[in-house]
Amino acid sequence: MKTEATAVSANGRLDAIANAGRRAFVFLERTGRAGLFLLRVLQSIPAVLARPGLIVQQVFSVGVLTIVIVLVAGAFVGLVLGLQGYNVLVRFNSEASLGTFVGLTLVRELGPVVTALLFAGRAGSALTAELGLMKATEQFAGLEMMAVDPYKRVLAPRMLAGFISMPLLAAIFSAVGVLAGYFIGVGLLGVDAGAYWAQMQSAVDFDEDLMTGFWKSLAFGFAATWVALFEGYDAEPTAEGVGRATTRSVVSASLLVLGLNFVLTAFLLETDT
Amino acid sequence: MQFLLCGRVYPALHSVQCPVQAESCRLTGPGQTVKLPARMQDSPGSDILIRVRGLTFRRGERVIFDNVDLDFQRGRITAIMGPSGTGKTTLLKLITAQLTPDAGSVEVASRNIHALSTPELFEMRKRMGMLFQSGALLTDLTVFENVAYPLREHTQLPERMIRYLVLAKLQAVGLRGAAGLLPAQLSGGMARRVALARAIALDPMMIMYDEPFTGQDPISMGVLIKLIHTMNDNLGLTSIIVSHDVVETSSIADHIYVISDGRVMDQGSPAELERTASEWARQFLKGLPDGPVHFHYPAGDYAEDLFEN
Repeated sequence: MKTEATAVSANGRLDAIANAGRRAFVFLERTGRAGLFLLRVLQSIPAVLARPGLIVQQVFSVGVLTIVIVLVAGAFVGLVLGLQGYNVLVRFNSEASLGTFVGLTLVRELGPVVTALLFAGRAGSALTAELGLMKATEQFAGLEMMAVDPYKRVLAPRMLAGFISMPLLAAIFSAVGVLAGYFIGVGLLGVDAGAYWAQMQSAVDFDEDLMTGFWKSLAFGFAATWVALFEGYDAEPTAEGVGRATTRSVVSASLLVLGLNFVLTAFLLETDT
Repeated sequence: MQFLLCGRVYPALHSVQCPVQAESCRLTGPGQTVKLPARMQDSPGSDILIRVRGLTFRRGERVIFDNVDLDFQRGRITAIMGPSGTGKTTLLKLITAQLTPDAGSVEVASRNIHALSTPELFEMRKRMGMLFQSGALLTDLTVFENVAYPLREHTQLPERMIRYLVLAKLQAVGLRGAAGLLPAQLSGGMARRVALARAIALDPMMIMYDEPFTGQDPISMGVLIKLIHTMNDNLGLTSIIVSHDVVETSSIADHIYVISDGRVMDQGSPAELERTASEWARQFLKGLPDGPVHFHYPAGDYAEDLFEN
């Protein structure tokens, strides 16, 4: 009896190991496919540069249509930073440094990261759903049968659009956040307006801070768009498949952005020192 | 294949000077040279446009095609028929090199399509039209733009000429009036007709229809049958129809292959298949509920199943 129970328990453990192994293989296989996919998209980019109209069209749907959510989110984040920053700084009689606090927080961290998360949620999910539906309705196969390469006509313009839009959206987010912080700090809590701008101007460095935010937003735009495009193109061509791909796209892109943020922060801080 | 420009007929694949006085030409503009869409240079010596030999294709453990030979004759309508899930659409994907076979070859216009480089394959595909079951229209483009799409991608025709060609193709399928509509505003039958207009935009040598009659009302079905027949005869196309609609397909096909279980069960003209000796083919073509394909899914003894403890 005891031997039987031991055998069952050992089998259970073996099954768990086999399952974990299987999942690891699936993950590696998918990652490899995503890498090859990215390679093909990047190879197709030179062909797209000859047709800027395609890129402009996608910058509109990927970037311009995301502006509203970025404006609103940037304003709320700026308002909260103003409140929290004032609340902490006033204890040390250094509320005049509110501009520095808001500026550095937004430009170095929150601007690129929150914008990338919003980008993954709004533009990334829309891209995945669009591509998944194109696959489900055989539009990719239709393009291939018309001797049109979907990588050149559909995927590469979207990749470039994400790459171009993200830094611009992050800049808009940070600018609105700074204004919202000003509104709370200077307008409502009585911080001196000159001190707010002067402190920010002296503390926020172009190379160290603005460029850090720029490189981050560029990397996040690249990563979030890559994930969104791959999930859409690789989606199972059914309604359920497209739904699953869209969810996966947002989750994977968000985690990738957060992980990448840590790596980039460590790397850029190291470079700065 | 001929090409009409400003009232004159040209063989395709030519650069021509607009024949009308520069100022009065409404299509090309003053003194413009027009490169007409490429027309296939298939080897006209052979009667067989597509030759499939020893085709074997598997999905995992499942064998979809097992050493299958098929011939598609130039200028004729050949139908591939068989039950759902037998791989009819897969066959079209193999013929167009969207899939690669495990063994065997597919020769289109005397060239092994799976041995072509990507640019060569795309050149070949310009000469192959395909009508997908869903239409596969680009949903963010109007009907006009959908039909114009291959012309814009593969030719340098002036806008006036593109408009002329697109309207001519849409007129041929009876949907010139729907040029401004979006695909979402079309019925299933209309979407397939637009897709047909798009498929013939580059004047292909052949056209493949994937389940063209599925889900169509009788009027749409009649329209599609007429269009496929007319297109084939008037444009000198070679047509392949994949379908399980026996009556409709038999009414226009010159030759029919009946496939199942990865092999050709029977073949011949519709009249020959009427008198087929194959019991399986007879059951399929006449839609009999029982025969070699049993009504019951394999199961144990009924009484035993009912009264077992």
